[in-house]
Amino acid sequence: MRLITENPGAASGAQPERAVVGAQISHDEEMFGRAFDGRVIRRFFSFVWPYRGTGVLALLAVLVFVCTQLAIPLVILYAIDHTLSPTTEATTTLGTVVMVFAGVILVNFLANYLQELLVGRVAETVIVDLRRAMFSHLQRVALSFMDKTEVGRVMSRLQSDTGTLQEYLESSVFAIGDLALLLGITITLLVLNVELGALTLSIMPVLLLVRYFWLPHARAAFRRARETNSMANGALAESIRGIQTIQVMVRELVNFRLYSKLCDLNRRAHLRAAKLAQVNIPIVDTLTGVAMAIVIVVGGRMVLNDELALGVMVAFLFYVQRFFDPIRSLTIQYSMMQRAMVSGQRILEVLDVPEAIKDKPEALELKSCAGHIDFSHVDFAYVSDTPVLTDISFSIKAGEKIALVGPTGSGKSTVAALLRRFYDVSSGQVLIDGHDIRNLSQRSLGTHMAMVLQDPYLFSGSIFENIQYSNTGKGLADVEAAARAVSAHEFITRLPGGYEFMVDQRGGNLSLGQRQLLSFARALVADTKILILDEATANVDSYSEMKIQKALNVLLRGRTAIVIAHRLATVRECDRILVLHHGRLVEEGSHDQLILQNGLYAGLHRMNYGSFDDLAVGQND
Amino acid sequence: MKPIPTAQPSRAEEFRSARKLDIEILARIIASVLHYPARVAIAVAATLLSSSFLLFIPRYVGQAVDHAQGLIGEQATTSGEIENALLFAGLMIIGLSILRGLFAVVQNYFGESVDHCLAAELRKRFYNRVQQLDQSFHDHAHTGDLITRGMLDLEGIRYFPSTGLIRTLMLLVLVTGGAVILLSTNFVLGLVALSFVPVIAVRSAVARLQLRYLWLKQQERLTYLTNFMEENLTGIRTVRAFFARDHEIGRFQIHSAGVLEISFQRLMARVRNMTFMGLVFYAAMTAVLWVGGNMVLSEQITVGRLTEFLAFMMILQMPVRQIGMTVNSYARASTCGARLFAVLDEPSLVDTNTGLPRLKVTQGAVRFENVDFQYPLSKSGENIISGISFEIGSGRTLGIVGPPGSGKSTIARLIPRFYDPTAGRILIDGQDIAQVSIASLRRTIGGVQQDSFLFTASVDHNVAYGDPSTDMDQIVQASTDAQIHSFIEELPRNYQTLVGEDGVSLSGGQRQRVSIARGTLTDAPIFIFDDATAAIDAGTEQRIRRALKARAGTHTTIIISHRLVSIMHADEILFLDEGCIVERGTHEQLLALKGRYFELHSLQLRDEHRSPHLTERVKPA
Repeated sequence: MRLITENPGAASGAQPERAVVGAQISHDEEMFGRAFDGRVIRRFFSFVWPYRGTGVLALLAVLVFVCTQLAIPLVILYAIDHTLSPTTEATTTLGTVVMVFAGVILVNFLANYLQELLVGRVAETVIVDLRRAMFSHLQRVALSFMDKTEVGRVMSRLQSDTGTLQEYLESSVFAIGDLALLLGITITLLVLNVELGALTLSIMPVLLLVRYFWLPHARAAFRRARETNSMANGALAESIRGIQTIQVMVRELVNFRLYSKLCDLNRRAHLRAAKLAQVNIPIVDTLTGVAMAIVIVVGGRMVLNDELALGVMVAFLFYVQRFFDPIRSLTIQYSMMQRAMVSGQRILEVLDVPEAIKDKPEALELKSCAGHIDFSHVDFAYVSDTPVLTDISFSIKAGEKIALVGPTGSGKSTVAALLRRFYDVSSGQVLIDGHDIRNLSQRSLGTHMAMVLQDPYLFSGSIFENIQYSNTGKGLADVEAAARAVSAHEFITRLPGGYEFMVDQRGGNLSLGQRQLLSFARALVADTKILILDEATANVDSYSEMKIQKALNVLLRGRTAIVIAHRLATVRECDRILVLHHGRLVEEGSHDQLILQNGLYAGLHRMNYGSFDDLAVGQND
Repeated sequence: MKPIPTAQPSRAEEFRSARKLDIEILARIIASVLHYPARVAIAVAATLLSSSFLLFIPRYVGQAVDHAQGLIGEQATTSGEIENALLFAGLMIIGLSILRGLFAVVQNYFGESVDHCLAAELRKRFYNRVQQLDQSFHDHAHTGDLITRGMLDLEGIRYFPSTGLIRTLMLLVLVTGGAVILLSTNFVLGLVALSFVPVIAVRSAVARLQLRYLWLKQQERLTYLTNFMEENLTGIRTVRAFFARDHEIGRFQIHSAGVLEISFQRLMARVRNMTFMGLVFYAAMTAVLWVGGNMVLSEQITVGRLTEFLAFMMILQMPVRQIGMTVNSYARASTCGARLFAVLDEPSLVDTNTGLPRLKVTQGAVRFENVDFQYPLSKSGENIISGISFEIGSGRTLGIVGPPGSGKSTIARLIPRFYDPTAGRILIDGQDIAQVSIASLRRTIGGVQQDSFLFTASVDHNVAYGDPSTDMDQIVQASTDAQIHSFIEELPRNYQTLVGEDGVSLSGGQRQRVSIARGTLTDAPIFIFDDATAAIDAGTEQRIRRALKARAGTHTTIIISHRLVSIMHADEILFLDEGCIVERGTHEQLLALKGRYFELHSLQLRDEHRSPHLTERVKPA
């Protein structure tokens, strides 16, 4: 592998402590709890319930499978004692016994097929249901939760935690089978010959003793291995996301050295865990050997003295040979179950996040909207002791264009968010056409309000799909018309594929200005009575802004609009201006009226900057 | 690496190409495994030994069964001798079991140690490759997909040496050793007992390909679903703004159903294979019972011998059951390996050949000579920039302005050689930048590129990212110049506060200022600011500029912006449109031209042309 081998700047090779890659903490603080968390199992069970028919069938198949497994040595026993042994009377022909054996293995095959297929299908389907439930729920949860939560952490619950639960679901059914097999073997041995059975089984508890002392150490080692995995993965993810910075600052070598250390740490942790994981094997093999020896020496003597049939001894040997298989898989399943419980808790955390905005049962569907907006003594705070808006009251007539201005942090975006009912007011009311928006269905609000956000979020897909978005009733003609209206049609047709041009993740292959225009077209296609533009024209170059301003008039015709703008030019296009400062409405009026008032607005205007945000109003830092 | 192709190749084509790649990929992985010869040798030796010890156990089991009938080597003898013989057999079995267990530990541990060494090596190689790959790769690569490859696909390969290779060896030893022993003991019965082996071998070879193909398809669909979910969560505000909940859930259903469909197919294939192999095995056992039983009846062999053969088959049952898992691990390794190697093999378009001489900077003069550029994968063949020529001398400032898509940022990205020009040259102090080492080139360039990414680390580490060993004083100085020092002092742990994804989140303006501190910390001779102050108000920007100027040393500065306030003061300004320089000169010269620059100037500062009545002095209210 080729490395960039030049030495970093002033550093003489020694790694200063400051340099790190990735977060030095692991998010997966998995605590090994119980393997059976009642709460998790109960909630999870409700997802399995719809498939209970298949589940029961699967369970039956498992039990039949176990029975056939138990039967095989018994058939051999019968063959030896009743057909083959030269010392006893042959009561059945070999042919009959072999037929029975063939029958048993056929049932074994069918039961195996059924159990694997049914369990697998149920597991896959339940996981899909679970993922859909989580995803749907996330569409409804409080926006404040989504704002605070890192997407990566939610994704890990949607992906890896569901994967762990799927493994658990599959293994839990087979765990029942293993338990049944273990029980079956124990019972069979004791029934065949109590003495020999008890003697053979007596050594098994040694295994439990070993497990008891060994498991905590092994678990700690496994956890450490997973933690180091997490740290290395985090560092990788960070370096991928920040690659441009890394390359321009020539940090590749330093980062690689640091990352190599993480990899080595990871490897050592895994090796330690591997060491501890092996403890079981010689124990199991030795115990199996000892058990077989017991059967041979003690059982053999019993056969010699005619106390025991030869076939029974042979059957014992076969049972013992296979005794530890279910124990081995039960141990693996046990730790799988513990991990699954942790994953289950994390999934429940997501499902239990409260839905902040819910439709009331009697929620009204607003058929038509005139576009009259009222804010009545609205107070709002994201966090209870830090009020963001205080006693905001204003009215907007249908068809009016209102500009909302004020320094950063004055609450403009919050007003827009409240209008769109992203959050509910702490006190006061927001009314549309005289209806409190809490009494309207969210669907109504979506039908009659469109929003252009400051960050024009585009999805991977074609330009057509991005403009059309959820308005699936509108076709290419509507989309093109909207694009023309916002002067986007020209650049779209110049792109390879035109409207079928595939937009990269987050619109990476388009400029900010182009993305703004597309999000504008999207709002236009939605064709709503009320339009909210939240800082849509900030940070865009003057050319795109010019196009947008031209299109603004087209878009706003016949609509009520709230425009959160920074550029004075935009503000002046509006009928009225609302000035916010520290969460209060301080001035209200047309541009000329406010200039005459000579208040905050007039002051801002006089400073002759292009944008309101171009002011260090003292609190910007 | 292209996005998911829309035209799907036929199944047969995919199958055929899958088979070819399959072997190649596995061969590559095996070649990497051979980097650890000592561990591999020990693991192999231990496998041979542990399997061999296991193979001798059935002999003693068989003998014991015969002894129990009062026979030693088919001769009836006294009970004393028999008991001794039984004891001997029992002790041999214990001994062999213990040895088997101990060597199995060595086999497993060293097998797994190869796993983890391989994983660490591949991790490092992947990381190194990702850091080396050029920007045009990173522009198109989906970060989530890249992270998945480095994380999950790596895990798919991790356990291949132990679960794939070593287990195959174990299987081969058991089967070959078993075959030798069985065939030499009783040829006919041996043949019958081993009849299942070729059937299973063939079937698993076929299954491998089928499973790999299905696994690939599933990964593809799962990636699609994952990307979809991630985009939804990241753009949740847009989703809410358009009340696109049902639309998004509908799309989720479609993707999800696709995943479910393919996972059912995979399940079916896996189950069919597994159960078929179990059936074949037991069918062979039935045949042994029949043939062997008849041999016992005709006194060709003893019951003990038959037991021995059956015990052998029981031993072989374990690896037979694990064939499914082993085959799976091949499939998984080759699928994941293909995805991982795709990145490792990706050629870098900008050759980071370190054999080139270092860049010698004397004055920091930058010169473009007739530079053209088009994207490497461009289908339209259109130049992004054409015929760009300019020179900027030491200590002077160049401003570049123009509409979106005019190619401004491209110039910024050509200088540090994120891309290479398709025509023309770029020279720094008379040296062609394509003829010097990249690291020395990039070290001469400071400033801020678009998209200021902050790493999860303390503030001081972020600022000192380019040179982690920088003194605290310099860090504070750079932060002060960037007008972010006072903000940092107010953070809970000052410069030690954790920022980035897992730390305190900063606003856009704060992030940009930290980036500026970072980019100006090293006294690089050339500073490039590409839209570096979009979120910073003009007043603060001015203070930053003054502070940077006041610093000792002369820098050549190139500023790219769409805001004239940022570049008005430059010694020379270039106006770019559609990739060509259309106007150039100082601010005053350009205004005098009354061309494009003048037009832009009017747009941005048009409030200079106020309506007459507002220029009157207004008496305070």
